[in-house]
Amino acid sequence: MNVLPVAKVVAEVDTGDTAWMLAATALVLLMTPALGLFYAGLVRSKNTLNTFMMCVAAIAIAMVTWALVGYSLAFDGDGSLIGGLGNFAMQGIDFTPREGTTIPHLVFFAFQATFCIITTALVSGAVVERMRFGAFLVFAALWSVLVYAVLAHWAFGGGWLIAGGTLDFAGGVPVEMGSGFSALAAALVVGARKDYGRQALLPHNAVYVLLGAGLLWFGWFGFNGGSGFSTGDASVLAFTNTLLTPACALITWFVLDLIRGRKVTAIGAATAIIVGCVLITPAGGFISPGWAMALGFLGALPCYAVIVWRPRTRVDETLDVLAAHGIAGFTGILFIGFVAQIGWNGVSDGLFYGNADQLWDQALAALAAPAYAFGMTYVLLRIIGAVMPLRASEHDEAVGMDVAYHGEEAYASGEGAILVAPDADGEALVADPG
Amino acid sequence: MKLVIGIVRPEKANDVLEALYRAEVRGISMSRVQGHGGELDRVETYRGTTVKMGLSEKVRFEIAVSDSFVQPTIDALCEGAQTGQVGDGKIFVVPLEQAVRIRTGETDSGAVTPVGK
Repeated sequence: MNVLPVAKVVAEVDTGDTAWMLAATALVLLMTPALGLFYAGLVRSKNTLNTFMMCVAAIAIAMVTWALVGYSLAFDGDGSLIGGLGNFAMQGIDFTPREGTTIPHLVFFAFQATFCIITTALVSGAVVERMRFGAFLVFAALWSVLVYAVLAHWAFGGGWLIAGGTLDFAGGVPVEMGSGFSALAAALVVGARKDYGRQALLPHNAVYVLLGAGLLWFGWFGFNGGSGFSTGDASVLAFTNTLLTPACALITWFVLDLIRGRKVTAIGAATAIIVGCVLITPAGGFISPGWAMALGFLGALPCYAVIVWRPRTRVDETLDVLAAHGIAGFTGILFIGFVAQIGWNGVSDGLFYGNADQLWDQALAALAAPAYAFGMTYVLLRIIGAVMPLRASEHDEAVGMDVAYHGEEAYASGEGAILVAPDADGEALVADPG
Repeated sequence: MKLVIGIVRPEKANDVLEALYRAEVRGISMSRVQGHGGELDRVETYRGTTVKMGLSEKVRFEIAVSDSFVQPTIDALCEGAQTGQVGDGKIFVVPLEQAVRIRTGETDSGAVTPVGK
């Protein structure tokens, strides 16, 4: 057969866009250790390392599952529910631009990988201080494929939500609602900590929490600012909105703290930064800076309410992933349906600008994503739980996960520690001169 | 009048506090100490360095009580701190010569009896 070569029309790689996306990818990767720091500060000192290590492990596990199969299921083809296996084990991912972007496919892959990593790490917040480390690794591997990749396909990869017109700029569906409602399911299956509701379980280092929140915010400029895959208008708008919304959420949080306890709390402030960043995540490139500020002021209210309400329940969703991510993501997704402006985003108007359909599209995502994330995570953990124990023994939980699973302490004093000589066996070979 | 000293596992300290509260022993002090009581050494590794942690974290309760409260205090410490594994700790009861409540100048049994009893 003699087939004439057909000139494929391929967009050129844009060097400016690529340079920004390389930097943005690194920024988003930083968010996972930052989350480790944030979470580590919120737990008791005996669980510091284990909590941090769950985030570190998420980098390892989710990166590999993403390269093998997750990316392909999320971004290959435009199947309604799930992508294909065309990019299995990174096949076909090279220097040519990904369709619809001006950046190399490899960069697009790497950028999306960091999203899968941080989202997997986020879910750990629901089960810290009592879940077995080994069981978490298995859960992370399966969750990153069965929940994250599927939701990412729905919202980003050509699945039924994006095809139906749902606007989700940087991951309100897969990242925020995906992690938040999965966290609720995980907390229900794994169960509460032994001392939950009986003793005060306090954050052991508020400075870690604030520093972690600050680093997360810094990384979030790559997360939101990179989600336009270019240096174009949408990225610039999302970047600046990422500054505005958290600042406004902070102010609301200060006021609510003052009303409730007459004091502005530091851990509350760190939480408000996260809530603000999450609120603007889905909406970043779609709403005006003015509305982004309104989103910060208003959107913090339901999140605050859930954070106050949740500890009064028997549900030990330990680090409030549901409130800070699930509820904030839900609010952000819906908010787009009201205030999106075609003048700012070039895509669609919201209800306030005469397009009620957009609100319907957003509401669909706000119902489907939580339902899938909660249901799938619940089933997944029940299955894992049938094969292996999910929880640490009561003894290990009491002693602390750091010593139990890592053989280290975050704050080892070294007093009374006896060095075990690396060549302890070799000593016997030294001949006695006598 | 005795001084009851209880050295217990830190993870059982809250259980001990609860047990003492139920036994109506209210005046206590506690401190973090490091000690060794024959339990197995815990091995930890930091990069290439492997160490045996010869001393374990413990919590030391000091409770001054009138004679009738000695046994309830001991019972509460045992109830709260016992796991059955080596390393549960020790209780020492020592005679107490004198006690003074600084605020009022009350001495001895009056000083170790909680306010409001």
